[in-house]
Amino acid sequence: MKIIVSIKQVPDTSGKVAVNPDGTLNRASMQTITNPDDMNALEAALKIKDATGCKVIVVTMGPPPAAGMLREALAMGADEAVLVSAREFGGSDTYATSQVLAAAISTIGIEDDDIVLCGRQAIDGDTAQVGPQIAEKLGLPQITYAADIAVEGKNVTVKRMLEDGYMTIKTQTPCLVTCIKELNEPRYMSVGGVFEAYSKPLATYNYETLKDHPLIDATTIGLKGSPTNIFKSFTPPQKGAGMMLEGADKATCEKLAGILAAKHII
Amino acid sequence: MVENYNSMDLAAFKNVWVFCEQRQGKMMPTTFELISEGRKLADELGVNLCGLLLGDNVEGIAKELGGYGADEVIVCEHPLLKNYTTDAYAKVICDVVSEMKPEAFLIGATNIGRDLGPRCAARLHTGLCADCTHLDVDMPIYKDFLRSASTLPEEKIEKMNTAKVMGQDHDVSRDLKMTRPAFGGNLMATIICPRFRPAMATVRPGVMKKAPFDQAKADAVKITKPAFTLSEADMDTEVVEVVKAAKKLVDLIGADYIVSVGRGISKDVEGGIKLAEELADVLGGVVGGSRVAIDSGWLTADHQVGQTGKTVHPKVYIALGISGSIQHKAGMSESECIIAVNKNETAPIFEIADYGICGDLFKVTPMLIEAFKAAKAAK
Repeated sequence: MKIIVSIKQVPDTSGKVAVNPDGTLNRASMQTITNPDDMNALEAALKIKDATGCKVIVVTMGPPPAAGMLREALAMGADEAVLVSAREFGGSDTYATSQVLAAAISTIGIEDDDIVLCGRQAIDGDTAQVGPQIAEKLGLPQITYAADIAVEGKNVTVKRMLEDGYMTIKTQTPCLVTCIKELNEPRYMSVGGVFEAYSKPLATYNYETLKDHPLIDATTIGLKGSPTNIFKSFTPPQKGAGMMLEGADKATCEKLAGILAAKHII
Repeated sequence: MVENYNSMDLAAFKNVWVFCEQRQGKMMPTTFELISEGRKLADELGVNLCGLLLGDNVEGIAKELGGYGADEVIVCEHPLLKNYTTDAYAKVICDVVSEMKPEAFLIGATNIGRDLGPRCAARLHTGLCADCTHLDVDMPIYKDFLRSASTLPEEKIEKMNTAKVMGQDHDVSRDLKMTRPAFGGNLMATIICPRFRPAMATVRPGVMKKAPFDQAKADAVKITKPAFTLSEADMDTEVVEVVKAAKKLVDLIGADYIVSVGRGISKDVEGGIKLAEELADVLGGVVGGSRVAIDSGWLTADHQVGQTGKTVHPKVYIALGISGSIQHKAGMSESECIIAVNKNETAPIFEIADYGICGDLFKVTPMLIEAFKAAKAAK
């Protein structure tokens, strides 16, 4: 049994978001982190590894510096890593991204008792689409929004969160599950793990590696394979600053209540 | 799927569809928002608006959709559609879509819609824009939207009629223009799906406005029941149980008044929440919280306002001890009136607040409660 975890390097949007004059994101000027939900997916995989001794492989698509993030995953306890990186894959929307990742995952190989884990969504795009689209392209059953995963042989039981409660869903391996932060608390890298991380295998799949895969086609990857286009990006106008009320006393509060009452807001 | 289905044969596609999500036979509120929005888009395109309703024994709730603007409701009933499963719903939807070929297809961005949308878009080989907050077809209407919602100069807006698609100029006048916030709302992006159909969008619940209900239109709606096949063999997942949260969920989206708390209550969490509840009670509203308040376990996740929580637009939003990160502002900056109480006068929340009070929320809130009570009593 093995678990393949798809992770993404994202700009840390909790810091300052930098935007280029043309409206695209200035990624170079921002700190990068492993996408938070993906950390929960990795932790879930490592927990299953702790219990069953299975193998954990992390995979990412991105520019060469994303290898640093993969090393961190290896230092946490993953066994192998795969970096999918090529100019031809650039400019992909979620459809084209999932096409490439599905090809990479099927090149790693999906066996009968394997599981693919993803984060629910990445904090830069916030689409939550790539996981389900990989599942569709690999023909795997999917369960999204996992807050608990139990694996018993080939049976996988997942607590899937809804806005107003949850569902318990049963499926069989091979399957794909997307994870949310309620699932677990990701572990830290261990010192030993950091040392070992550089002796663990890290493969790079470029266009040459994947070009003969049935999912890889000039019309399904990169900019040309992306059904969606950005028509326009723009910044919303800053709402004008309002009124700072002087003081923080009873009179101030009464003044505010008076203004709101006069405007029929309360 | 229908044989020879070709998502690039644009001319074969017509009408606007809305996926009408129901749970336990009850329509999700966002369905009515989407039907109302879909009506507007169908009118701009000059086509029909169809609701797509899946479930077991759900025809009884179909007519109501007409009251919000649907011309037709396509009803697919089967015992295996009783509870939502990705397998069964995606199969039936993709089969019906590839047969009947809608031009645009809207799905509510609920936990279910966000599971279903990408699965269907991948199978139908088309584009899906996630979590849209604004939709247009008509170019003049879209340009008016940009005039009010963007900082783009007028000459740029006026010139906008085509997009570069595969190196060629593409006329966007009939494309669905799907606008969504990116990177926590600092940036907005309008996405098109120029080469494939249907153009699919998941739409953030609580953003689109519900139209007034019209009983005459509900009575007149056409119900269609297309043939489809579904069997256990189509399903790889099984729903063991569906558990509803025991307590009533906080209705942040429907609330007119929201009092939210953040890191500022950390020195006395219980006291801070109690003050927020009292203030909310005076106004007839509910309590919300920032991500810090939820991650720290002070409030349950259904209270969360922001990018990963709920988008709200109440009449009044009172932020108590919330610094105002972009992730939080993304969920509340559209509120009609924002009042911020914070000890730090440089807190970013004051940049968008209509009224700001710089002070200790534990001292200010009780005075606000008294002042609001008195002001309401005086009316």
